[in-house]
Amino acid sequence: MTSRREQSFTYALLGVFSLIALLPIVGIVFTALQQKGGGASFGSFDGLHFDNFKRAWQDGNFGTYLKSSAIVAVSVVGISTVVSILAGYAFGMMRFRFAQPLFYIFLLGLMVPMEAMIVPLYYDLRDLELTDTYWALILPQAGTSIAFGTFWMRAFFRSVPPSLVEAARIDGASSWFTLWRVLLPLAKPAVLTMVVLLFMWTWNEFLLALVMVTDEGLRTAPLGLSFFVGRNQADLTLLAAGAVIVAFPVVVLYVFLQRHFIRGMVSGAVKG
Amino acid sequence: MATRPIIAEEVPAARVRGGDAPPGEPRRIGYVYLIPALLIFGAFTLVPLLHAVWLSFFQWDGITAGKWVGLGNYGDVFSDPVQRKAFGHALLLIVFYALLPTAIGLLLAGVVARTHVRGFTFFRVVLFLPQVVALVVVAVMWRMIYDPNDGPINEALRAVGLGGLAKSWLGDFGVALPAVGLIGTWVMYGLCMVLLTAGVQKIPRSLYDAARVDGAGPVREFVAVTLPALRGEIAVALTLCTIQALRNFDIIYNTTKGGPGDATSVPAYQVYQRAFETGQVGSAAAMGLTLAVVIFLLSTAINQIAERGSQR
Repeated sequence: MTSRREQSFTYALLGVFSLIALLPIVGIVFTALQQKGGGASFGSFDGLHFDNFKRAWQDGNFGTYLKSSAIVAVSVVGISTVVSILAGYAFGMMRFRFAQPLFYIFLLGLMVPMEAMIVPLYYDLRDLELTDTYWALILPQAGTSIAFGTFWMRAFFRSVPPSLVEAARIDGASSWFTLWRVLLPLAKPAVLTMVVLLFMWTWNEFLLALVMVTDEGLRTAPLGLSFFVGRNQADLTLLAAGAVIVAFPVVVLYVFLQRHFIRGMVSGAVKG
Repeated sequence: MATRPIIAEEVPAARVRGGDAPPGEPRRIGYVYLIPALLIFGAFTLVPLLHAVWLSFFQWDGITAGKWVGLGNYGDVFSDPVQRKAFGHALLLIVFYALLPTAIGLLLAGVVARTHVRGFTFFRVVLFLPQVVALVVVAVMWRMIYDPNDGPINEALRAVGLGGLAKSWLGDFGVALPAVGLIGTWVMYGLCMVLLTAGVQKIPRSLYDAARVDGAGPVREFVAVTLPALRGEIAVALTLCTIQALRNFDIIYNTTKGGPGDATSVPAYQVYQRAFETGQVGSAAAMGLTLAVVIFLLSTAINQIAERGSQR
């Protein structure tokens, strides 16, 4: 079909750009594995030394940061998933007055960036005495996640053959039963894609955590890393180890569920 | 219940049943399913948004009583050189975050369209990887790469005898903004490539066969077949990347903090700085909302252009 030369050109091009994508990541992993203060610079390699991770975990407090991140991410993803399934079901399968304008309001939430809401959010949550609690990190992210999830699940429910729901209805199934017993088994792939996207966005969120939390014990992993950088400018290997620890959970999830990540992002997914 | 509003996208099953009853349930229960979503989304997204509009009409330091200034803060967005400059930087970053990655994505999609690539899934996973790494980590990583003393870029330049070109990439007034921009290029091009190659796989092979029968070379084939067929995907790629370029806070905060001077200051960073560092809360709210409007207008424009093109 195409010449050998063109084949090789294609592979060379893909190879070069894959390498550019990979090198900084491999570089930081290597840096994290070097000996402390051994004249280490980014990307150099002198064997494997795992004690940087131990130091980062204990002295760098990354154990605490990961715990905060896990609490926030699990709460946001849990709440948003259930609530979005319910709302997506209503928008996708039922007709009621104002369904359209209500849906557009959710879409609006999808388009507005966190930067536009962060200022009043801070003052509102401070008045409620919620700043410096996990709630200040969970609730606003649940809000924007629900906007995305509702949009996502509505699209799924629109794609379900109506005959299926008709059949369940004729059998006398309630809307509740139809949702959880008839439709949800079909929705598993769509829900899983939504869950991984929401998890990634929540885990990686930075601005909200920066504004809402001053208590060291509540800092999420990205925020902790950012402060850690300020404190440990000179200790390159420790810094690299911290960065690797922060990125690790999402990257591992990505390795196992890459099709879901890619499918979700490629469908044009954005969150406020 | 009185008349139902006319809904543009009718549920298909409704037609079978005379267009009256939707599949599933009587209508009103829909509201019940919406209650939790409306409560959380309303309280923590919608209310803050409206509150932002309210705040944006005041000059307020966050502590003492605010002073009503009407649209004054919005006027400042356009007249204050600092804010104008920040928006200018954001527009320049679109080149690095959106145009460049889309171009690279198109190049890769173009070559992939012509051959069967073995192990394509592997390339896809690798190219997409920068997208899933937290931007704070990306920033830390690139600070090390750009490091003026022992960063690999300067080391490489010195190694090949171009030590004169070595500089403090993130600390130099001239190159800091493009340097930050290239971080964005690195983050985004894999996404563009994956998006566009997914589009390529939907193009019927017969189009390529026809082009080849007509004697089209690789370039003609790309311009005549691949490019027009990818119009929709290009629009999605540009939209996603442009949004990313305009919202760019994490990378700026963790690399340059807007510096040197205000050489890399962007609207998202200004919002943070004004609201939480310099006590210009109203101005910060106005800037955040202006940013949201710019994002909305640009994404609408990109998609309008793509749609108009497809009708031709």
